[in-house]
Amino acid sequence: MSSSSALLLLDDVTKVYHMGDVEVHALRGVSLSVEEGEFVAIMGASGSGKSTLMNIIGCLDRPTRGRYLLAGEEVSTLDRNALAEKRNRTLGFVFQNFNLLSRTSAIENVELPLLYAGLHTRERHEHSRAALARVGLGDRMHHHPNQMSGGQQQRVAIARALVANPKVILADEPTGNLDSVTSVEVMAIFQELCDSGITVVLVTHEPDIARYAARVVVMRDGRIRSDSRQEPQRAVPAPAEATAGGEP
Amino acid sequence: MNPLQILRVAIRALVRNKMRSFLTTLGIIIGVAAVIAMVAIGEGAKAQVEASFASMGSNLLIVLPGSTTAGGQRGGFGSMPTLTWDDLRAIRTEAPAVRYAAPQLSSGAQLMSEDQNWSTRVYGTTPEFFMIRNWPTSMGSAMSDSDVEGGTKVVFLGSTVVDKLFGPNADPVGQLIRIRNIPFEVKGVLAKKGQSPMGQDYDDAAYIPLKTFQTKIQGGLQQFIQGVVLIGATSESTTQVAVQQVTALLRDRHHIGLGQDDDFSIRNLTELASAQEQGTKTLTTLLASIAAVSLLVGGIGIMNIMLVSVTERTREIGVRMAVGAKPRNILAQFLVEALTLAIAGGVIGIGLGVLAAQRLAAQFHWPMLIRPDIIVVSVVFSALVGVVFGLYPARKASRLDPIDALRFE
Repeated sequence: MSSSSALLLLDDVTKVYHMGDVEVHALRGVSLSVEEGEFVAIMGASGSGKSTLMNIIGCLDRPTRGRYLLAGEEVSTLDRNALAEKRNRTLGFVFQNFNLLSRTSAIENVELPLLYAGLHTRERHEHSRAALARVGLGDRMHHHPNQMSGGQQQRVAIARALVANPKVILADEPTGNLDSVTSVEVMAIFQELCDSGITVVLVTHEPDIARYAARVVVMRDGRIRSDSRQEPQRAVPAPAEATAGGEP
Repeated sequence: MNPLQILRVAIRALVRNKMRSFLTTLGIIIGVAAVIAMVAIGEGAKAQVEASFASMGSNLLIVLPGSTTAGGQRGGFGSMPTLTWDDLRAIRTEAPAVRYAAPQLSSGAQLMSEDQNWSTRVYGTTPEFFMIRNWPTSMGSAMSDSDVEGGTKVVFLGSTVVDKLFGPNADPVGQLIRIRNIPFEVKGVLAKKGQSPMGQDYDDAAYIPLKTFQTKIQGGLQQFIQGVVLIGATSESTTQVAVQQVTALLRDRHHIGLGQDDDFSIRNLTELASAQEQGTKTLTTLLASIAAVSLLVGGIGIMNIMLVSVTERTREIGVRMAVGAKPRNILAQFLVEALTLAIAGGVIGIGLGVLAAQRLAAQFHWPMLIRPDIIVVSVVFSALVGVVFGLYPARKASRLDPIDALRFE
């Protein structure tokens, strides 16, 4: 199932944590290949290793053993600076608790990756404006996180993830803090991003959410239990909610 | 990221936490303000001392005649007149480091105006005396050479004497007063000079021309000067040279052989002044070092708050790292935050310090003296404090693991 053209290629990746004297085997040999434009949901109970896998895919952590090729480049041996650059240029993150900077406007939050990419103020502004418009928040650019609903905050986070034009967006339980209606809205955005060619990797423990993905990888005890493709369900936001969500 | 962007990020982070930022800088503000105010106080005190010595006379030397020994009893300086009028002329003409030389003869006397009387000292001297003393006339005219040559019966009064004889702010010029029952015309009033460094009132005195003093007060011309000679050196740095020149000149004129004691003595008041200045300088240094310690404490305050801030903002650091901030970006941000706080504190501190110095100067009637070098030093020092005490928290922030940081509650 692995091919050299894969965007993400993990080959027998293991991860061992040392917690005092105890060795925790978070990943016990995971091989996974994700093509460009795929929408993958990684499922599993807590402690199954799905978060560790996500961290390694997201270049936040390095595998203990095994290889990880991101867009054809070996990244498991890169240093902290090089990994930061990968996160900046190739990856985008969406978290369960949004992780927006408080007391900071939406557009400033979205600009953050571009700041570290070294773009000038005007370019940063243009790109961020476009990204916010793309998630339907063109009219809330100067709102602060505490002035926005959970769904809106998560959409700001998605805008931040996609503003630097990444190849992959990694979403760790993006709907975990949202109600079901808002969850559908967020999933609709992910599907739309996927349609435009961005690879989306989603970690969730909710089967309802995994239904929107075209491929479901189930983890258990640090190994992949199953890897199946499915016809994804289209996420159709409720019309009333969509306007309340702030479409201009 | 360019430095301007880093600065903007840092400032934005500081503005987001206005209260905390303010409290953090408070230490530096107080420290810098204390340094500026303390040094200004020291400088003001120094200027005060300098001014009081300047009022004594510029580059002043006093030549006192020798002492007598009669039947085993030794008199003090001046008990035996050894200085002659020829000596005075020689000092004037043969010692290059001497600018002015004036005799000063004195006697206690009762002064009487029409309806008041006052006991004070009456001095006989020449116009050079007022040059040496830097003493201008506030009313009437100054003593002239023709007054001395003619032996005219005119008197120049200190302001205290005017107060006592004529009442405050009176203009006595042209009026007659009696000194030892001899009528004198008041020709001038001397400007108020205040107290000597030893507390003596300069203004409680009356001055008459030398010749008049010799004929009317002292009685009879004498070969020796019955008083002292005041010398004004050409500059502050030549006072010591003047002492040597006058000593050599007088020893030669008095035929004093090698190994014999001088029959006169010379007091160098500039030395006294510089000793006093040294004292105030020590005071300034002491005050400044106490203030510098408070600046140091301010720096430790910055480190404290920055450490708390790093812990509090662990999540923010995690997010920044996740979106691509390199460790050195985080290091730079926190370092620049500390630096900005320190420099802002420094600038505010300078403002407050200058204000405090102004208030204190007004309170003590001192001249306000702000040393520009101290301002520069304060800013540089507070920046240094920012870097030194900001480095540890910034390093701590930059070394955080992004995963742990993101998970931090």
